Amino acid sequence: MVSHVLRAASLAAVLLMASPAKAQMIVGDAMPEPLAGAGDAMRGRAIIIDRQKGFCLLCHAAPLPDQRFMGNLAPNLAGAGARYTQAQLRLRIAMPSHLNPDTLMPSYFRTAGLYAVAMPYVGKPILDGQQIEDVVAFLMTLKEPAP
Amino acid sequence: MKRLAVLIACLSGPVCAQDSKSVSFDKRSTFDLMKPETQAMQRDDASNPAMLWVQEGRALWQAKAGSTDKACQDCHGDVASMKGVATRYPAYSAAQQKVVTLGQQIQFCRAQEQKAEPWTAEARPVLALSALVGLQSRGLPLAKTGPAEARAVAEGRALFTERRGQMNLSCAQCHDDHAGQSLGGAIIPQGHPTGYPIYRLEWQDLGSLERRLRNCLNGVRSEPWPSGSSENVAVQTYLRERAAGLPIETPAIRP
Ligand code: HEC
Ligand code: HEC
Repeated sequence: MVSHVLRAASLAAVLLMASPAKAQMIVGDAMPEPLAGAGDAMRGRAIIIDRQKGFCLLCHAAPLPDQRFMGNLAPNLAGAGARYTQAQLRLRIAMPSHLNPDTLMPSYFRTAGLYAVAMPYVGKPILDGQQIEDVVAFLMTLKEPAP
Repeated sequence: MKRLAVLIACLSGPVCAQDSKSVSFDKRSTFDLMKPETQAMQRDDASNPAMLWVQEGRALWQAKAGSTDKACQDCHGDVASMKGVATRYPAYSAAQQKVVTLGQQIQFCRAQEQKAEPWTAEARPVLALSALVGLQSRGLPLAKTGPAEARAVAEGRALFTERRGQMNLSCAQCHDDHAGQSLGGAIIPQGHPTGYPIYRLEWQDLGSLERRLRNCLNGVRSEPWPSGSSENVAVQTYLRERAAGLPIETPAIRP
């Protein structure tokens, strides 16, 4: 029961705790304010393929011919940069649970309302603001839809 | 087609809505997903590394131990008398007034009947004896749980469907909702505990169901349930109920 109560915390509180210095605003289905400095697409690519950092390819396929063992639990990332704006992608990485509470996709910037987190990760987001900006920068380069 | 009623507990949204849905699938052992070479290794006892532990288990079954100087065999006779036992674990133990795993029952016998020095939960002799006792039930279907296990099953089901860890995923999201799909290079199995203890190729070792659960919990970056805790046993009891009817494969090979 305790965990349920914890998870019922309002999103506003989630956001405040996730980023005490600067509360992030969600506007519609987007997060217009950058979480850190300008993103670097090459760093973003490295995070996406790293199975300890982004581990995106566990679930998603992506147009990265050098990558093997991509999952099929989620949409292909090809064309993500054409389907969405930067601000929409930021929300879809940082807090996808805002758009779909049932989603399988982890909320990479979320630290509150989680339950039984292993000690080393308590209070830490999966990716920090700069890493999320980097991932978004890489996704913005994916303009071609999947064949 | 067996129906599994799955309660999706309160999810992460701002409103704590209690939702329920049911999932149905043909129960399948992970064996069916394995490469033919790995299946062949499990089918042939001569090439199954777990048989080394079974041999050790046979020696332990006959070895007198503790201040009573009794062997398992002195109370139970030939190990063949253990046929069917592993189909019923985890099981309620009247003597211990709780639901226990097969490993915990073996430990209990060692303490109560042999009065011998305890082994730790995943010590090699416990795994060896569990493999030996499990083998006696190979091919028999896992039994459904009874009223004495009902509470543990309910607690286990709740834990199975509860989101946890930094990844905020539940067991059910992978093993009920996405079984058969690819997570990176692995096909997500339904997660049935039919082969424990297993020889896992990734471990290069024989290991318990608890150890396997720790792997999944580490994967979602969640605190593992303490060894022997009621939560840990409850999840294992729910897994047994969920898998009821599937044949025991102990000691199985897994990738
Ligand atoms: C455990 C599974 C999982 C992981 C890991 C994951 N995602 Fe997702 N992602 C999904 C699912 C499922 C969806 C579909 C939308 C939904 O369920 O809300 C999705 C949706 C998306 C979308 C929107 C796609 C579209 O076309 O609508 C983007 C972009 C995305 N993910 C990027 C990423 C990136 C980048 C990472 C890693 C930093 C990542 N995902 C990690 C499961 C995952
Ligand atoms: C993100 C997906 C995911 C989650 C969440 C997850 N698992 Fe698993 N689980 C897997 C995969 C993939 C395997 C198989 C790994 C392999 O063979 O490499 C597996 C294997 C298993 C097995 C072994 C089955 C066998 O044949 O021996 C059991 C049992 C199991 N999981 C139970 C659980 C439980 C209980 C939980 C919740 C604490 C859980 N899993 C959470 C993906 C997951």
